[in-house]
Order: sequence, then C-alpha cells, then structure tokens
Amino acid sequence: MFEFLDKFMPGILESLLPRASSYAIEIDVLFDVITILVGFWFLLVLGYFFYLIFRYRQRDGHKAEYISGETHKQKQAIEIPHYLILVCDVAIIIPTFLVWFNIKIDIPPPEEEVRIVAQQWAWTFYHAGEDKVLGTEDDIVSVNELHIKNNTQYSYHLESRDVMHSFSVPVFRLKQDAIPGRVISGHFKPILEGEWDIQCAEMCGVAHGIMGARIFIKSEAEHNAWLAANTPISEGAGILAAAKQNLSQEKKDQNNG
Amino acid sequence: MAEVAHAEVGHGEHHDDHHEPSFWSKYIFSTDHKIIGFQYMFTGMAMALIGGYFAYVFRMQLAFPGSSIPFWGTLSPAAYNSLVTNHGTIMIFWVAMPVLIAAMGNFLIPLMIGCDDMVFPRINRLSYQIFLLSAIVLLASFFVPGGAFGGAWTSYAPLSAKAQYNSTPFGAPLWLIAVTLEIVAFLLGGINFITTTMNARAKGMKIYDIPMMVWMIVIASILFMCSVGPLVAGAVMLLFDQTLGTAFFDANAGGDPVLWQHLFWFFGHPEVYVVLLPAMGIVAEVTCTFARKKLFAYKLILYSSIGLGILSFFVWAHHQFISGVDPRATYLFTTTTLLISIPVAIILFAFVATLYGGSIRFTTAMLFALAFTGEFLLGGVTGIWLGSSGTDIYLHDTYFVLAHFHYTFVPIAIIATFAAIYYWFPKMFGRKMNETWGKIHFWGTIIGFNGIFIPLFILGAGGQHRRIYNFQNYPDLAGADMQDMRVFATLSLIVMLVFQIPFIVNFIVSIKRGEKVGKNPWKANTLEWVAPSPPPHGNFGPVLPEVYRGPYEYSVEGREKDYWPQNEKPESEAT
Repeated sequence: MFEFLDKFMPGILESLLPRASSYAIEIDVLFDVITILVGFWFLLVLGYFFYLIFRYRQRDGHKAEYISGETHKQKQAIEIPHYLILVCDVAIIIPTFLVWFNIKIDIPPPEEEVRIVAQQWAWTFYHAGEDKVLGTEDDIVSVNELHIKNNTQYSYHLESRDVMHSFSVPVFRLKQDAIPGRVISGHFKPILEGEWDIQCAEMCGVAHGIMGARIFIKSEAEHNAWLAANTPISEGAGILAAAKQNLSQEKKDQNNG
Repeated sequence: MAEVAHAEVGHGEHHDDHHEPSFWSKYIFSTDHKIIGFQYMFTGMAMALIGGYFAYVFRMQLAFPGSSIPFWGTLSPAAYNSLVTNHGTIMIFWVAMPVLIAAMGNFLIPLMIGCDDMVFPRINRLSYQIFLLSAIVLLASFFVPGGAFGGAWTSYAPLSAKAQYNSTPFGAPLWLIAVTLEIVAFLLGGINFITTTMNARAKGMKIYDIPMMVWMIVIASILFMCSVGPLVAGAVMLLFDQTLGTAFFDANAGGDPVLWQHLFWFFGHPEVYVVLLPAMGIVAEVTCTFARKKLFAYKLILYSSIGLGILSFFVWAHHQFISGVDPRATYLFTTTTLLISIPVAIILFAFVATLYGGSIRFTTAMLFALAFTGEFLLGGVTGIWLGSSGTDIYLHDTYFVLAHFHYTFVPIAIIATFAAIYYWFPKMFGRKMNETWGKIHFWGTIIGFNGIFIPLFILGAGGQHRRIYNFQNYPDLAGADMQDMRVFATLSLIVMLVFQIPFIVNFIVSIKRGEKVGKNPWKANTLEWVAPSPPPHGNFGPVLPEVYRGPYEYSVEGREKDYWPQNEKPESEAT
C-alpha cells in the first residue's frame, strides 16, 4: 500500500536523505500525507486571513458591521470547517496506527541479532557472529561502529549503562530511547548499502554532542569479510586473560624478587 | 546606602501620618496590583534579555563552530549545554509565565473587572517576592562550582539525579529549587486571579460579560493548579535523589527513570496551554478593538478554551512515544493529541472570523496581534506531524520539534506580549509609544523570527538532532548546504535581537516623553479604559464602575459612536 501511495507523493524526506530501511518508505509516505492535508488547511486559512486583512482595512466611508457570531448560521462558518478537520484527523490517525504497528509493535522473526549498549558517551555494538546467537563466544564487539548485512531482517536489543540515551539512525527513520534497567527490542531491515550517521538523540551529559557512531551496511560477502577480519569475544577474552595472568605473574616475580 | 537610610525614615513617617509613601513602600514592597504587575513585567523583560543573549551565544557556536564568539569567547560543550538548558527554562518559567500571566494578570484583572485591587494583596506581594528569589537562585547557579545545570530543560532522570552523570553537583539542585520556587510563586498568584475574578467583579458584570483576557488567565490558572502537583512531587523526589541519595529514579536500586518523564510532562503539556491561553486573550482584546468588531462567537471560544484545557491533561505521553512507554499506549495519545487540533482551530477560526466585516486599524499592537494568529497557525499545524506517532519516530528530538515549539512559544511569549505592551502601554504610563518605531520593531522582529526557524524545519526534517554543540562531528550533517542554513538562522537571530533595541529605547523614552493620552485612547469598551491613565492607587476613585453589557459591543447598528463602553448607562436609564 505504501509503495503504491508513494508514487503520488512529493517525497519530501527522501529528497533530504536516502531511505535505507524497509520501513523508511512508510514514514516518508505518512509525512507526505500529513503535509498535503495540513498544508491544504494552512494555506487555505492563511490565504483567507490575508484576504480579510486586505478587504476589511480601514477606509473612508466604510464602517464595521455588527456580527455576534452567536446565531446558528454564523456559527456554521466555524462548525463546518471543524467537522472537516475532524475528518482529516481520522485520515491521519489511521495510517499513523498502521505505521506505528509495523515499526514498533510487530517485530518480524529476525535473521540476525545485534545488541546495542549505550553509555556516557559511546555506543558498544555486539554483533552475533557466525552462529547468529548473541551472548556466545563468537560475538564481535565494536565501539561506535555498527556493521550490518544488507537485505537482512535484524532484531536489536537496546540497553543503557547509566542515563537515558536515544538510538537514532536517520536514514532508517528509526529512533528508540535507551533506558537504564531495561532492554528494549525492535527491528530493522537495511535495504541500501552505504555508511551513515548514528546520533544520540537524548541529552545525556557533557559530551552528548559527540556521542555519534557510524552504521556500515554491506553486502553479504563484504560483511562476512569484516566478521572474519575481527576478533571474536572468546579470543579477545582469551587474550585478555593471558595478559592478566602475565601481569600477575610479573607482580609475583617482583614480590619474590 | 543613602537610599536605604532614606527608606527607613520614609517607613517611619508612613506609619505616623499619611505622607506620600516612600520609594521603597511604593515600588518595592507595594501591595498595589499594578506595581506588582510592573515588577513581574520588568523582571520578565530582564530575564528575556538574558535568555536572548544565551540564544545568541549558542547559535553563534552552531553557525561558526569553535570560533571565538563576540561578547562571550569560545564555548565549551558543558557551557553550551548549560546555555541551551537555561535558555529554555528561562524563556518558559521566567519570561512567558511572569509576563503573560503574572504581569498582565496582575495589572489587568482588577482593572478589567472593575475593582480596586486583588482580593489578597499581601499574598500577591509574597508571590512576586518568591518569584524574584527563584530568579536569583537560577542566575546564581551559573556562579557555583561545576557551573549551571546542563541536562536540558526537561531535566530527565537519571542524568539530572546524580552529579556523577551531569557533572553539576550544585547547578542541578539549584536549578530544581529555582523551578520549584517559581511554581510556588505562581500558585499563590493563581489563587489570587481566580478568587478576584470570581468575587470582586463590578456590579452588573455577569459571567459572559467578563472580557476574554480575564477568562483566559483564570482558565490558565486553574489548569496550572491542577497540573502542577505531580511536578512538585517529582521535583521533591528528584531533589532527594540528588542530595539525600534516595533512588526514586535510579533503576539500579529499584526506581524508575521513566517516572520522572510522566510527572514532568503531565505538568509540561498543560503548561503550554497555561501560557497559550493568556496570549489568546490578549489577541482577542486587541483584535476586537482595532477591527471595531464584536468578538466572533464569544461563548464558543470560551467553551473551546475550557475543552482545550481539559484535553491537555490527556496528551502528555506524546512527548514519550519513543521513550520506552508501552508502545500500545501511543494509540490513545496520538488520538487525543490530534483531537487538540479541534478546539485550537475553533479559537483561531473565530479570531480570523472576527476580522470579517471589520474596519481594521493597523496600529503596532494590531500588527502584533495579527502576526500572532498567522504565526501561531504554523506552530499549531506543525504539531500534527509530531502528534502522529508514526512520523514522530523519525522527527522526535530533531530540529523539526524545535522549530515547531518555537513557532508556538515565540508568538505566545514574544509576539502576543508585544501586542499587549503596545496596547496597554497608554494605560500603564498615561502615554503612547511611538508608532513609527513600533512598526520598525514589528517588521524586524517578524522577519528575523521567520528567518531563524524556517531553515530549522528543513534541517530537522533532514535528520539534525537537538542539543548537539557541533554538527561538524557528524559527516552526514556537516555539508555546506546544511551549514549555510545554520548560518542563515543565526544571522536572522541577530537581526531579531538588534531590532529589539528600537523597542527598548521606545519603551523607556515613551514613559517620559510619549504622546499624552486620556482615559480611552483606543476607543475601547472594557473597564480598564474607564480608569484614569495611569490609574491611581485604588484604580477608579471613590465610585467603582457598573456594567451594563458585554465587553465587545463595537459598531452596534443605530449608534453614532462605533464603541459602547461596558459601564455606559443605557439611554433608557440615563434619561
């Protein structure tokens, strides 16, 4: 339905930045529907307003009329437009419910999962790795870089370590606040390869202004190459453990020595 | 010191016999509603200058990131956050509320309903004193270690609750205390407005003879009183979290950070209408007087305002669509939010319809009143994109939101206020402000204002988020075309600020040297124009006016004069 409607729409948001997720088109179409309905009323009322200002300016030999606006006929001048506005409201509410349901409530079964942890002032992304399960040993962790595969249905699980943050990917038309103490899940499906901004959209302290990240959407081959080139969490943990052991051994040696 | 000594002497004399009251008892510790109104007005204007200066500093940073800003220097991220936070806080709590509600309410309510003073003059004085204290506390927070609070005017927990997160161990509690004191001040003032209007109206002034301005302030005061309880409770909880180590909003210890958002916005959204309604009242008065027309559908406007007020209690979560509330709740809040468009549209349509068949005089006050209707229309309709939860996923916390609420708040707190000042200045000081300079001020303000915020709509729709001190850190936002729009907005802001100079000069000069006027320079109907200009202590002299008709009987057929003051005896009784 949204693909069909999109053909008749001005495409305002798309002209400002690309659509990189499957549901970006829905928000864009809804934006355009509202623009057309609201723009019509705005221009109509503003035009009539300026006409009245010009038409009823003070002139010689012209006297104001006495109109109370209390008779039934006069009240209709307001009542009829207000019923029409009600109709427009309904025309906006229905697609709004559809879009909201598709993006925020109906979470399709994921092909891939990613865990997103926000903190002052960085994003940590846990990529599921080859087994496609989070929290396992082959997870790959990156800071301020989210690497995802094009045309793949993702679920994300968003957490915060300290204060409110908000995970915002403008090209996806996606935004979700991260709340300390909760894990909030949602979904996205990238449809366009490229590299774009992630912004923190909730005031989160002194360095809120630089709490950005980048999203990398790549083809399956490129994405797998990236996975292969990075160290899984288990190996990283192994390296870390070995380093710690070395350190404690050195300390012991020092103490003994 | 000489003045203080003089004041003490003056006080002594005052008690002994009835000399002229001293400067201190007349202007500083006065219980006269007009003086208290002036106190609120001048404090609000001073705070508006500070808030405008903040806007200048952070807009300069956004347009020319990292450069040294004239009259400030280089701006650090922490200072940027403090300025943004306090710009919002000041403009809402220390400009819009004191000027629109407290100053206009205090000055106008007793005059417009025809009584000699507020029913609780000492509570009134206390109200201003607490308000002044709150302003001092807020400004003091800039000079404490760690600096002023920078966690946005919404002060979301847990950022605001712990100094380890917000890095302002003293700034954050002071900010909270200042806001709470300000709220206490307005509760006291609101009690006064409601009681005075209900009990002290002139003889003959029936419920539908009350001028719309007075109605709007009363409805706003009731809204404020009903909505502010949760915020005060939340503020106390937050203060405990900050200072005593409680955990109301700390998820790690069993609290809930989203609770603060509910408490804040349950107050925060009605608050928008608390300042909107008096602005609409001003516009109603000014439009009728200068269009020489009866207010179109008075009762419809009145009932719509009450409906608007009631509905405003059921929309607060539209600020929280993406903040982790149950996603199903948005169905309700989207619906109620879009329904708000109906009462607002009725009121605006009624203002537009009032012009029909009029004879419009383009005084400066009228230009500002018309500008309110036109500009607020844009502010109102852009709310629809944000009230629709679908588009709000994308637009939430972008510059689109920022431009939207500035298109509502600037018409409310700046444009309508200027309409009120130009309109009631003759009553306040017995002289008119200069019209030529007024029109220069008007055009500079309006052009500057639109120049700031139209580009910000486009930037916001392009994905630019709020409260970020340097967009050059974001490759997608660092393009030259986007930066050009930021520079244009900043230059427009400077234009708007520079054009306030003619206003300030005009205001000060006109107090002393403006054209002298009589009681009723605009040929208006309401009772304040019956009192001398400026009204003496006690307003109307020994005999209070009586009311025989509604406030908007302009251009009544068969009468020679095109206005008919509320207190003028009907010819049948006069003869």
